Amino acid sequence: MKIVVLVKHVPDATADRQLDPADSTTDRDGVDGLLSELDEYAVEEALTVAETAEAEVVALTMGPPQAADALRKALQMGAASAVHVQDDALHGSDAVATSLVLAKALDKLGAVDLILTGMASTDGGMSVVPAMLAERLGRPHVGFVGDLEVTGGTVVAHREGESAVETVEVALPAVVSVTDQINEPRYPSFKGIMAAKKKPVETWSLADLGVSPDEVGLSAAWSAVESFALRPPRGHGEVVTDEGEGGVKLAEFLAARKFV
Amino acid sequence: MAEVLVLVDHNAGTVRKTTAELLTIARRVGDPAAVYLGAGVDDARGVLAEYGAGKVYVVDAPEIDDYLVAPKAEALAAVGEQAQPVAVLISSTPEGKEVAARVAIRLGSGIITDAVDVGDDLTTTQSIFAGNATVQAKVTRGIPVITVKPNSATPEPATGEAVVEKVDVRFSEAARGARVTDRSARERTGRPELTEAAIIVSGGRGTGGDFAPVEALADALGAAVGASRAAVDSGWYPHAYQIGQTGKTVSPQLYVACGISGAIQHRAGMQTSKTVVAVNKDADAPIFAMADLGVVGDLHKILPQATEEIAKRKG
Repeated sequence: MKIVVLVKHVPDATADRQLDPADSTTDRDGVDGLLSELDEYAVEEALTVAETAEAEVVALTMGPPQAADALRKALQMGAASAVHVQDDALHGSDAVATSLVLAKALDKLGAVDLILTGMASTDGGMSVVPAMLAERLGRPHVGFVGDLEVTGGTVVAHREGESAVETVEVALPAVVSVTDQINEPRYPSFKGIMAAKKKPVETWSLADLGVSPDEVGLSAAWSAVESFALRPPRGHGEVVTDEGEGGVKLAEFLAARKFV
Repeated sequence: MAEVLVLVDHNAGTVRKTTAELLTIARRVGDPAAVYLGAGVDDARGVLAEYGAGKVYVVDAPEIDDYLVAPKAEALAAVGEQAQPVAVLISSTPEGKEVAARVAIRLGSGIITDAVDVGDDLTTTQSIFAGNATVQAKVTRGIPVITVKPNSATPEPATGEAVVEKVDVRFSEAARGARVTDRSARERTGRPELTEAAIIVSGGRGTGGDFAPVEALADALGAAVGASRAAVDSGWYPHAYQIGQTGKTVSPQLYVACGISGAIQHRAGMQTSKTVVAVNKDADAPIFAMADLGVVGDLHKILPQATEEIAKRKG
């Protein structure tokens, strides 16, 4: 059995993230990057499933050279190998192009039984790539999974739906995206960190995947940023210290704003 | 004028408020036409007419409920191919975004998610990086597929005929891939749904696990109750109510944060709230930097007093 876990290298959400003024793309150089926190849950789940199902875990990313850091973290946690799709032409790709490239990479990886992803990236946060991949690959997708059992060729997933808790059954191969409720990601051990240095990482270009540079990147995106503006910091409102009348003040404020 | 498709967000025929918002936005751009998937359109038609839907495309097939999301996307894409609208508007919920993702691929369309505004030329406004920047964007290829966050417009009634047009869809084998084997409705709290509530009162670590004062204030205000990740991780409140990067993203008129410090992960989920009020013991909590009113003190004293005062004012 082969599990591929998709990972993304993102600018640190706790730093001052910016868009590049030149082309309105996410600035991936000015702020240190790391493995998207929400992808750690997908890596952990892949490793957990692999332990019982005797599966091989491959980490896959698409991104600039520094995205190798995200793969390294996945390898340190325990993935067996990694694939890095890297090509200058990919700069500025939208979710549509990203899903195209990842679908081609998954084709090239051969018989993949389970594709695991996080529920969203912590930068763009569109949360659409897993479903786009499923659509392109013609495979089922179960999103926002909080509990997963893989038995033989079947996945049973529990998820928090909009207004109900749902149990969903899918036959492999399938795409499953998981929430932060599903597990507690492990920290890489010293042994894991050392072992990761010897694990194979392949780098694939667009040519390796048979994707034309015209199909990806900023100029081929199907949506475009027209302008952006840093939001002025929210007006610092009034801060009062409760000296016995704090609740009344709160109510008065709400009444003045017609919330009561 | 050309049609603008609005995917109806409903629970067994009960239409969510976001749909009225989308129909209101759709009228800026063209003739709003609703797309209703599943059973129960008779219950929904009245509301759809009230907010100006000229037409209601209906796809009622067992696949819609028996399988996850993919059949809904195929149905909406089929209506899109038939109607050739100028845009497709969908609520920015997890399911809405998945439908949008799949429809975009099926129609060969560009997609924009989490718009907080849509102009009459389909230029969208989005808030990114936990509210640090605002972006204007436009779909440049195909029929624009746009997901819009709740509370992005005030629903305005308009007269529509809401003429029902049934559409037959032949679902693919792939659409029947993820079978729902069990569905248990979440216990109803009697409070508004979190993502569409106009007012949210939420509690964090500072509650110490006691959400009673948070719930009491919420009920006095007719508000929904939310929780921070710290509170959910401590097992104090169910995950379905978590607000933040790994929970729900909300955009209410009023957000009252109680005992929540305001870490970036939390702000990412509520930064587009119109008015923010914070109650916290720690005067240095980052939440105060974004609050329109901050009260430094013990929420277990302040919230009950506020609740009582509100009750008095309401008479």
